[in-house]
Amino acid sequence: MCLAVPGKILSIKNASQEQPENLGIVDFNGSQVEVSLAMVPEAVQGDYVLVHAGYALQLLDEAEAKETWDYLEQAGIEFDRPRNE
Amino acid sequence: MNNTKIKASIENITRLCQTSGKVFSIMEVCGTHTVSLMRSGVKSMLPKNIRLISGPGCPVCVTSQGYIDAACELSLRDGIIICTYGDMVRVPGGDGSLEDCRAKGAQVKIVYSARDAVAIASANPDKSIVFLAVGFETTTPPTALAIKEARAKGIENFYILSGHKLVIPAIQILLRAGEVNIDGFMCPGHVSIVIGADAYKPIVDEFNKPCVITGFEPQQMLDGIEAIITQLVKNNIYVENVYGVAVTSSGNTIAQKLIAEVFDPADVVWRAMGTLPASGLELKGEYKKYDARAKFNIEIGQDRHIPGCRCGEVIQGKLEPSQCALFGKKCTPANPVGPCMVSSEGTCAAWYKYGS
Ligand code: SF4
Repeated sequence: MCLAVPGKILSIKNASQEQPENLGIVDFNGSQVEVSLAMVPEAVQGDYVLVHAGYALQLLDEAEAKETWDYLEQAGIEFDRPRNE
Repeated sequence: MNNTKIKASIENITRLCQTSGKVFSIMEVCGTHTVSLMRSGVKSMLPKNIRLISGPGCPVCVTSQGYIDAACELSLRDGIIICTYGDMVRVPGGDGSLEDCRAKGAQVKIVYSARDAVAIASANPDKSIVFLAVGFETTTPPTALAIKEARAKGIENFYILSGHKLVIPAIQILLRAGEVNIDGFMCPGHVSIVIGADAYKPIVDEFNKPCVITGFEPQQMLDGIEAIITQLVKNNIYVENVYGVAVTSSGNTIAQKLIAEVFDPADVVWRAMGTLPASGLELKGEYKKYDARAKFNIEIGQDRHIPGCRCGEVIQGKLEPSQCALFGKKCTPANPVGPCMVSSEGTCAAWYKYGS
């Protein structure tokens, strides 16, 4: 439940009347999920973020994100859909 | 994984240990570390005088029976949908699990995110949605945001049952109890993204134990272990952050503000450890109206003992899973007796799956 997974922001929908926080479509090595960017307001399209249970916690540089992907793949930890357990 | 680097790290650690000749007991606070140390084989590569102890950092394992019982009771009431992270449904309460309630007709939905629970509330205006808000500082800001989202969208049927817990008080209480011999801590990487490295300073100040923040990849964990042993050998103890790619000294201040805005510290019951002062969180001020306990008039009671299960001692690092008489016999991941066998990050489940 505590594992956060890196993803790449493909697009951002800014906060609005109906939606109080910035949302991003984030790619996790192939699968795309809508993620809240409320805790990383500085994030822009193309940035890598560490995502936990649908919320981005932190910006990450590309090299670190890719290294983590490699590790998760090697270890056989599923992350094409971010885990919640 | 860079094997040459890993080998070099193991050699360094072994050399440090040989020179000192001592036994080092290192607690990995976080369940993800426990699993990762075993799965990657790092644990078995370490010299014999390093003892790794699993700590109270699996949120599912530390959730009290009373909490599960309250969730079960709510799930069986008319008009309530329970939304929960997946691991929780199999955790035994005093009287069965949420999975058992589901078999009796309760509506229990597994969600990936607190946001999904808000969406379910929005789609089911005639039902009350109770989100099982558990976890440490990684899941708490998301719960706060979900509540704020519900408020902004005028969603009136969204509630949470707060089981949120705090990492720093848990470590302090464990050390004050003084029953487990711990020389240093591997601190959880992702929780630390939120709370920041400086949050561990009070532990170093009060107990003079190394607190080293590390990531979850084998090399990162080895760097963490090497840092702890080096501090101990040199007797130079401080908070060290070897996961600087993600963790800063001050953490994510937006996330911290969200926690402080929506929650107040509260005494909470931990599985088999009893009520620990100011170690959890409850809703405060205007956010109290989202509290399922008040809305549905339900208490989170004390734990009843599960006969034979020694999870309480396992969680506190007093006992290794194999020392429990039920381990691998009556208690397996397919038929868990205690919560440490349910969660994939539970110490008993990790031992069962990867051996000791
Ligand atoms: S092996 Fe099962 S019964 Fe024993 S402590 Fe672990 S979870 Fe409890």
